Amino acid sequence: MVALMPTIIAIDGLCKTYATGFQALKEISLDIRRGEIFALLGPNGAGKTTLISIICGIVTASAGTVRVDGHDIVTDYRAARAKIGLVPQELTTDAFESVWATVSFSRGLFGKRANPAYIEKILRDLSLWDKKDNKIITLSGGMKRRLLIAKALSHEPQILFLDEPTAGVDVNLRRDMWQLVRSLKATGVTIILTTHYIDEAEEMAERIGVISKGEIILVEDKVELMRKLGRKQMTLQLQNPLACIPPGLDAYPLELSSDGSELTYTYDTQGERTGIIALLRDLNDAAIVFKDLHTTQSSLEDIFVSLVKEAK
Amino acid sequence: MNLQAMRAIYLFEMARTRRTLLQSIVSPVISTSLYFVVFGAAIGSRIPEIDGISYGAFIVPGLIMLSLLTQSVSNASFGIYFPKFTGTIYELLSAPVSYLEIAASYVGAAASKSIVLGLVILATAGLFVPIQVAHPFWMLLFLVLTAVTFSLFGFIIGIWADNFEKLQLVPLLIITPLTFLGGSFYSIHILPPIWQTITLFNPVVYLVSGFRWSFYDLADVSVGISLVMTLLFLAIFLAIVAWIFKTGYRLKT
Repeated sequence: MVALMPTIIAIDGLCKTYATGFQALKEISLDIRRGEIFALLGPNGAGKTTLISIICGIVTASAGTVRVDGHDIVTDYRAARAKIGLVPQELTTDAFESVWATVSFSRGLFGKRANPAYIEKILRDLSLWDKKDNKIITLSGGMKRRLLIAKALSHEPQILFLDEPTAGVDVNLRRDMWQLVRSLKATGVTIILTTHYIDEAEEMAERIGVISKGEIILVEDKVELMRKLGRKQMTLQLQNPLACIPPGLDAYPLELSSDGSELTYTYDTQGERTGIIALLRDLNDAAIVFKDLHTTQSSLEDIFVSLVKEAK
Repeated sequence: MNLQAMRAIYLFEMARTRRTLLQSIVSPVISTSLYFVVFGAAIGSRIPEIDGISYGAFIVPGLIMLSLLTQSVSNASFGIYFPKFTGTIYELLSAPVSYLEIAASYVGAAASKSIVLGLVILATAGLFVPIQVAHPFWMLLFLVLTAVTFSLFGFIIGIWADNFEKLQLVPLLIITPLTFLGGSFYSIHILPPIWQTITLFNPVVYLVSGFRWSFYDLADVSVGISLVMTLLFLAIFLAIVAWIFKTGYRLKT
């Protein structure tokens, strides 16, 4: 269904070279679809935050264009920025303001009239309502993270950027964040998140973009990506340990565990034939008996690591 | 114009003043009162009148100008520097608000605070010495123009500064000495001719002189020149702010 959605952010030939000469982005072209959850993965210094910062107006691009819902971020910046909410990576807040005041300030900054009922709803949704009169300095790290989300949502954006949203938060809060992201998506908000936690992308994203050294090396539907690049392994627990793989099984990509008790077969999920039936038949012919078997599939993390390694 | 955003920034800054009332208003008022006690009552009683004005009353415009200049600069510089320091500047830069609107809001808030402070000091001075305001309109005009001009200057300093030391550097090492040497506590006519000439290169002379004229019809330089110089400083600072916004100097990478 996502594939049919129109583009809400169109990035074309985006480059960024800092004054130091460091080229953070190299000819990035990318379309984000309306209503999707897009995860941007990449190692430290890959250019994720620079890319987000340019789209949001914090960093100036060296070349290229970005259009947000049809509005150029430079020539029509008011319309473009009004549609975006940004949750930054760092916990940057005014220490001495109250929760209510800072969220109301954010709404005003984006040109929206005061709407106490809406601010109350956001604070309740983010479990911050009972802290509304507290000074920010008294909040825990997790609460500050939620406060930044509340500020980003205060002007009812259509697009939400979450830059490392769960960095440094505990497991329960991570789960809460994921739930929140899903509920935002359900209301039609487009979500772009950067994360170091691959499981987070695997859990939430519909499409994955991998960025390395300022270049987008892959953009793919998550399910398709895992189907294309994912590998499956079947592990057989042998009745009697083997000293080595019998010569008759040389044709199969098999690995024998160090103690000779497990035989692992790696196969391509996209292949016409997995070769499992033939392998089991040949094992039987070679009088190799197994007492149990299980299969595993490579995770997004495995795929990500191998992609970034290839890019290097 | 994003008037809602301007309102939000203005009220946010004014709220900070309310939170720090002791530092923002009470502290400068106490400092100024001490000047009156020392220079007005203790030493001032031994100083002869200047053109028919008691010394205590003579220094009132200069003292107001001293507070106005230092507070305008420090209010505006701190206002824009603090979001840079804490990192919350990202919110300003990513909001649908123009640089002009950002500057007008911060400068407007800083100038408002300084004007209120100037009027409070004027009222405080009235408790110590008899004060007359010969030209109330011009007094208010100089008060507003000076507050806005030096708030713009403070805004520039706040953007330029990348640490707290630099933030204090200009008010302490430039504004305060220029104000003390700019005729706040004396008429420049009492100086030797060569020093009178040198003093005319001090921009604060024109501000203090024009402001004092609005009180006592008494000026070191022509009021017209004072007004022109004030507007000239305003134009220079506006031009610098426009350049900062055009280039994104110290705001954007």
